[in-house]
Amino acid sequence: MITGGTLQPIRRSAAYWVVSDSSELVKRSLRHIRNDPDQLVGVAVQPVVLVLLFRFFLGGAIHIGGGESYINFLMGGIFIETAALTAMTTGTSVAADMTLGIIDRFRSLPMFTSALLIGHVIADLVRSAVGLVVMVLVGLAVGFRPSAGVADWAAAIGITLLVTFALSWVSAVIGLLGRSVEVVQQLGLLLFLPILASSAFVPTSTLAAPLQAFADDQPFTQAIDSVRALMLHQDPGDHTWLALLWWGGIAVVAFSVASWLFQRRSTM
Amino acid sequence: MLTAQSALPMISVTGLCKSYGPTRVLDDVDLEVQSGQVLALLGPNGAGKTTMVRILATLLKPDSGEVRIGGYDVLHEPKKVRVQIGLSGQLASVDDKLTGLDNLTMFGRLQRLSHRDAVTRAGQLLEEFGLDAAGGRAVKTYSGGMRRRLDLAASLIVAPPLVFLDEPTSSLDPSARHVLWDAIRVLVTNGTTVLLTTHDLDEADQLADVIAIIDRGRIIARGSAAALKAQVGRPRFLVTVPTSHALAAAVSLLGDRASTVDYDTRTVSVICDDRGVDGFRQLRAVVDDLTTSGIPIEEFGLRKPTLDDVFQQLTSADTVAMPRVARSQ
Repeated sequence: MITGGTLQPIRRSAAYWVVSDSSELVKRSLRHIRNDPDQLVGVAVQPVVLVLLFRFFLGGAIHIGGGESYINFLMGGIFIETAALTAMTTGTSVAADMTLGIIDRFRSLPMFTSALLIGHVIADLVRSAVGLVVMVLVGLAVGFRPSAGVADWAAAIGITLLVTFALSWVSAVIGLLGRSVEVVQQLGLLLFLPILASSAFVPTSTLAAPLQAFADDQPFTQAIDSVRALMLHQDPGDHTWLALLWWGGIAVVAFSVASWLFQRRSTM
Repeated sequence: MLTAQSALPMISVTGLCKSYGPTRVLDDVDLEVQSGQVLALLGPNGAGKTTMVRILATLLKPDSGEVRIGGYDVLHEPKKVRVQIGLSGQLASVDDKLTGLDNLTMFGRLQRLSHRDAVTRAGQLLEEFGLDAAGGRAVKTYSGGMRRRLDLAASLIVAPPLVFLDEPTSSLDPSARHVLWDAIRVLVTNGTTVLLTTHDLDEADQLADVIAIIDRGRIIARGSAAALKAQVGRPRFLVTVPTSHALAAAVSLLGDRASTVDYDTRTVSVICDDRGVDGFRQLRAVVDDLTTSGIPIEEFGLRKPTLDDVFQQLTSADTVAMPRVARSQ
């Protein structure tokens, strides 16, 4: 016997439902990780491969000067690279939701629909944190010797998560523009290009002159240089503030564009 | 309590049009469904069924016309429409990567139930739909039938007065299909208004009070299953003979009585004019005529009207009159 109708919706303020719907959708995305742990494998494995590749295969040929070991130099770059890698998941998850029938069920409910995007973005932060832990452990095993204090660590992790957060919203924009999950996956790789032209793997002074001009001031370099300096207990100079400004700004712009695109695609 | 409100039709559609580019998908559709009724929107793929339901469910914007659900306009008061409807079938899916229980609990919360009520309701629905044992498993491990039942359950969390079912049983095996039909029937006895789409006459026949036949964006017939079948499709006798020579002889003997001839299966069909005794007499006459002329009969059968027949009949004005090839059974 199918019963029902005895349960009454509860009455709460609009703000309550924004928070409640968002937390439901965050739980949903986190359960996706639990039920499909495969997606963590990529997030954890790729930074490990990169650390090992640069440390043992390419690192011997790279001299950074200043008496610093290459692995100590490298880790800041890999932190931010992991942030970019993790952020791609939001794009593919959003694209999958938009192309499968589930978006229609969400749309037919009297809910705060943007919670869907928020859920994926927050889940990316969790994945990113997992990736960071794995990476630091592998780094320590192969000679990474950070000299950061608690405050430095907190700041470095905070900046890395801010980059993940901002890039997740950029990724959400890509997910909403792409017509299929495959297209979004390909477009998501574009997020990586600027990392190659940054201080992630080599000092920018070794880059060709025109590239160096770009690499010196771009947002990835600011975040990487800041994280790197913090972990080696050096003075990050202006890099920290510039990183916060850049990535805070990117987050605000990408969030606004993503919300606008989502409303446009999810209202009739 | 009887008020003017309760006399309002649950669904009221007037002059609804929708085009995709140059293709007119819905062409001036009028439809009314009373509270508590079950209406089947029956038509082939591409007839406009899903477009129609998507518009009614506030998922798609009509080009023109007026659509009211429970008295509320879908364009101007979509939120008030949404609290009254449940969506299931091809229309709205569940989350594959969540368990059945997590799906129902989440959708309950998103429909403004308290956390405790959402969990309680999810448990009830899993039990009622025979999914309690599978509730803790991810939906991607479910069979097609289980998935559809969960999908239906997800649309019934707050017991909405109106439920849309878009091709609820397509691609299900016969037993899974009957289980789902039973679930839909129970829903109906609780007074829920249902609009279901299907391309299967039998499904419409099993579930609906009223059937509206839609073809190329227009509703071309509307009535009870019995009325429609009486109007458009009558049963056919199917006579199969062993050789093509015998088939030629049978066709010439039956003359005008032969409605369709299928040369591949050597089967000729005769439309049955009556369901009762007269029909039986007619049938006996066919058998007598064939046997007295020495035409051997390999197989003999009766075929009930199908959606094919209904369609051929309703759209026959557009088609050139020529012997049609019967579908083999």
